[in-house]
Amino acid sequence: MNRIQSLFEQKENKVLSFYCTAGYPRLQDTLPVLTALQAAGADMIEIGIPFSDPLADGPVIQESSAVALANGMNLQELFRQLKDVREQVSVPLILMGYLNPLLQYGVSRFCRDAAACGIDGLIIPDLPLEEYRREWQHAMEAYGLNMIFLVTPFTPQERLREIDECSSGFLYMVTTAGTTGGSIGPDEATKRYFSFIKEQRLNRPVMAGFGIRDKPGFDQACAYVNGAIVGSGLIRVLQQYPDKGEIVIRDFVHSFF
Amino acid sequence: MNFTIDENGYYGHYGGAYIPEILRTNIVALKQQFLALRDDPDFNAAYDRLLRDYVGRPSPLYYAPRLSERYGATIYLKREDLNHTGSHKINNTIGQVLLARHMGKRHILAETGAGQHGVATATVAALMEMQCTVFMGETDIARQQPNVEKMRLLGATVVPVTSGSKTLKDAANEAIRYWIHYPADTHYVIGSVIGPDPYPDMVAHFQSVISSEIRQQLLSEEGVACPHAVIACVGGGSNAAGAFYHFLEEEQVQLIGVEAAGKGVDSGHTAATIATGSAGVIHGSKTLLMQDSDGQIKEPYSISAGLDYPGIGPLHAHLHETGRASFLQATDEEALQAAFLLMRMEGIIPAIESAHALAALEKLSFSNTGPVVVCLSGRGDKDMDAYIRAAPASFKNHQL
Ligand SMILES: Cc1ncc(COP(=O)(O)O)c(C=O)c1O
Repeated sequence: MNRIQSLFEQKENKVLSFYCTAGYPRLQDTLPVLTALQAAGADMIEIGIPFSDPLADGPVIQESSAVALANGMNLQELFRQLKDVREQVSVPLILMGYLNPLLQYGVSRFCRDAAACGIDGLIIPDLPLEEYRREWQHAMEAYGLNMIFLVTPFTPQERLREIDECSSGFLYMVTTAGTTGGSIGPDEATKRYFSFIKEQRLNRPVMAGFGIRDKPGFDQACAYVNGAIVGSGLIRVLQQYPDKGEIVIRDFVHSFF
Repeated sequence: MNFTIDENGYYGHYGGAYIPEILRTNIVALKQQFLALRDDPDFNAAYDRLLRDYVGRPSPLYYAPRLSERYGATIYLKREDLNHTGSHKINNTIGQVLLARHMGKRHILAETGAGQHGVATATVAALMEMQCTVFMGETDIARQQPNVEKMRLLGATVVPVTSGSKTLKDAANEAIRYWIHYPADTHYVIGSVIGPDPYPDMVAHFQSVISSEIRQQLLSEEGVACPHAVIACVGGGSNAAGAFYHFLEEEQVQLIGVEAAGKGVDSGHTAATIATGSAGVIHGSKTLLMQDSDGQIKEPYSISAGLDYPGIGPLHAHLHETGRASFLQATDEEALQAAFLLMRMEGIIPAIESAHALAALEKLSFSNTGPVVVCLSGRGDKDMDAYIRAAPASFKNHQL
C-alpha cells in the first residue's frame, strides 16, 4: 500500500492538500516549502513541474511557472532536490506536470526517477485516459506510481465511471469550468455537481480542486468529498515567503483548520 | 502510403487529442458533428454557396508569364489573395462557423497571428449573427494594426495577449483557456491544421477546396489535372494542407512546404519547425515543435506574424517523416525580396506569409517540367508597413 492509500485509510474526511510550484519563489525553496507545509499540518502535497505553456492554469500559477523556469528549474534539478526528500517529508507527494517536458525526459525514465525519490503519484492534466493506457500505464505500474485523473462538471457519467476504474490513489474533482485560480461559489450548480459526485459512490476517494482558496470553500467541499487541494491561494502566500519565512506558510495552512 | 487520418485521430505517429479533460466533451461532440455533416448534401450546399457568392470562389489560377520566364518554368499562382477578407483563412472559417451553428453554439472564439484568421472569423460571425472574441498577441497587434481595426469594425472583441512571446502560440493558449471557462456555448475556431483531433482533419477538409479547384483549372488550362509541383508556405500548415490535399495520393506531384527561417535557420531567431524541431505535444497535438532539451516550448521568430508559430500540423509532420512532402526554409530577407519581385513583375502585392512560398522559386530548378503551382495564400494590405520599411531605395523615389 502506498502513502496515498494509507492516508485515506486513516483519514476519510477533511484531507487537506496543497499545490506548490517546484523552484518557486526561489530555486532552492522547493524542499523548505514542503517541510514547512508538512510541519503546519498539510496531509498531502502536489509539486508542480513548471512548463512554458501551462494551458489549464490561471495567471497566478502561470506566473509562478515562469519564475521557476527563469530560476533554472527543470526535471534534473527537481529530482536532485528531491533525492533525500523522504528523510524529511512523510506525507504523500504527487508530481503534477504537463506532458511535453515529461515526454522529453522519457516516460519510463521519468517514472523511475520519480519513484526513486519516493513520489507516490502523478497528475498530468493534458494526458487523456486513452494515451495513458497506450504509453504510461505500464511504466507507472512497474514503478508503483498512482495515476490521478481529473474529472470535471462536463465529464459524462459513463466516462466518470471509466476514469474512476483507471485511477489509483484518488480522483481529482475539478470544481467548476475554469483554469486554476478561480473561486467556487455557494451557487446551486456547484452544489448540484458536488451532490452528483457524492451520489456516485465512486471507488476512489475524491479530492476537490480549482477554486478552493479559504476555509469556507474547503468546508463546503468537505461536506461532499474527502478533501480538497489548495493551489493558487498558497502560491500567492509564497510570494511573501522569502521575506517573512515559514510563518506565512504556517498561518495559511492553519487558516483552514 | 496512407495520408488520411486514422480512427484515433493520428497521421502515422502524429496527432491525437492531448487536452484537459474539461474540453473532452466538446471535442468528442465536434468530431461527431463534423463526421456527420462532412458528407451531408444540405450542409455542403450551404457551404459551397457561401464559398461561391460570399467568398468569390473559385479563386483564379493565374498563369504568371514574367515569373515563368524568369524561372524557366510554367508557373501558376493560386489566387487565394482574391478571396473576400484577403486570404485562404475564410474557407475554413465558413465551414467551422456553419458547423458551430448546427451545434447550437452562440459564441465563436479564434486565435490569430497575422489577423487574417481573426478577420475571417469576425466576418463570418457577423454574417451568421454570432458573438466573436479574437485572441491576438500584443506583438502581432502592433505589427498587423489594420487587421485589428477591421476585426473591431466587424463587431469582434479583440483580446490582447501578453503572455510568453505575445504571438500566435500565446494567443492559442489564451483561446484554449477561455474555452475551458465557457465550454458549453462556445466554439473555438482554430485557424490552421493544428490542435487536437478533429481540428487538423477538419481544417484540411475545409481548405481542400484549394486543390480541388487547382485540378479542374489545370485540366482546362493545360489538359492535365496534376502539376509537377505545388508550393505553399507553412505556418501551422492550412493553406499547404488545402493545396496538397487532392494530390497526396498522386505521388508524381512534388509537394513543397516553405517554413519561415526568420533571421536564419541557425540564428536562434526562427520559426522553422521542421528544420529545428523535434517530436512533442503542443496545443493538444503530438507533432513536431521547437523546444529546448527540457521540453519547454521555444519562442519562435519570423517577420511574418502568420508563420511565427513553434509547431506544425500533424499532417505535415507525417508528410515530412514519410518523405511525401519536402520542406524548405526562407528567411525574412528572402521573403521580402520575393514579395518585391512579385510586385514589380506581376503587379501583385502578396502577404508576407505567401512571399515565403514565392521565395522557394529561387531555390528550386525546374527544367522542362510540367506546371508549377504556388499557393498565393493572401494579399499584402496588412503588411504595408513592413514593405515600406524594407523597400529598396529605388522603390521610394516618387519624384517626377
Ligand atoms: C496569408 C496567410 N498565409 C499563410 C498563413 C499561415 O497559416 P497556414 O500555415 O495555416 O496556412 C497565414 C496565417 O495567418 C496567412 O495570413
